[in-house]
Amino acid sequence: MTVLSATPDTDALTLVVVADLAAAPDRAWNLWADPRTLERWWGPPTWPATFDEHDMRPGGVARYYMTGPDGTRAHAHWTFTAIDEPTTLEIEDRFADERGEPDDGMPTVRMVVTLAPGGTGTIMTITSHFASADDLAQVLEMGMAEGMTLAVGQIDALLAEG
Amino acid sequence: MSRVTYNHMVVDRFHGDDPAADRLFQALADATRRDILRRVLGEAASVSTVAAHYDMSFAAVQKHVAVLEQAHLVVKERRGREQIVHGDIATVRRAGEQLAALENVWRARVERMSAVLAEDDAAAAQRHDTSTPHPVAPDRRDGRPTGGTS
Repeated sequence: MTVLSATPDTDALTLVVVADLAAAPDRAWNLWADPRTLERWWGPPTWPATFDEHDMRPGGVARYYMTGPDGTRAHAHWTFTAIDEPTTLEIEDRFADERGEPDDGMPTVRMVVTLAPGGTGTIMTITSHFASADDLAQVLEMGMAEGMTLAVGQIDALLAEG
Repeated sequence: MSRVTYNHMVVDRFHGDDPAADRLFQALADATRRDILRRVLGEAASVSTVAAHYDMSFAAVQKHVAVLEQAHLVVKERRGREQIVHGDIATVRRAGEQLAALENVWRARVERMSAVLAEDDAAAAQRHDTSTPHPVAPDRRDGRPTGGTS
């Protein structure tokens, strides 16, 4: 079990996920800091993420897209709002158009990631903040296809195991 | 086609007793419908505006919109001579369920993070085991040069 706790707060519209990772904080930091490493875990195997741009410094942006099984691309845009290596990272994540430009009409998710030595190596806390219930609903509605496909992929694996 | 059939199988196995989930799953199983949904969640649009984005007949697009509507993913309303489609945020589930869904996304991500760390540990151990001096350039999986002088 690497997720120690997950605490949704429907009033504050936050989700706090606490995880124990078997690596020192500097290696855990690299999961976010190196785009090629990030690509290995951000999207599920059926919706892998590709980061075209990843400028991790305060005010820097990242552009990525996730590719579905049928080739559909879902684009998104990050702004790094705070960085304190290797302990704190703040990102504003929003949907983007095909050119990777953020869509102002779409909700923004603010993610705060903190890393501290502990557990089997690092305790990583990821807090997702939503501005409104509508924003939360919209983000999940958009992510639903990914979730569905993920479920199908997992079942696929189960069936393959026979 | 096989994809839709496959999804049906999944639906039968996991949501067979829930017609609403069945409709939802079926509605989202199609790439065009997901794309239409993405468009109208961002901004309401007429069916003809939506249809202009696709290399298919107006009637075919209208049919896709109808499937989304039956799954309560979009709402259609008549405005003058046009039918306006928008994402049906009002009917999406309660915030608690939404956060639970997001929790699943993050649980899966954390599992993948751990897998990445474990894979890299295994790769490093293997490199260590076979660490006889190598005459050619060291191989890095990301293809970037190693060392500070290159």
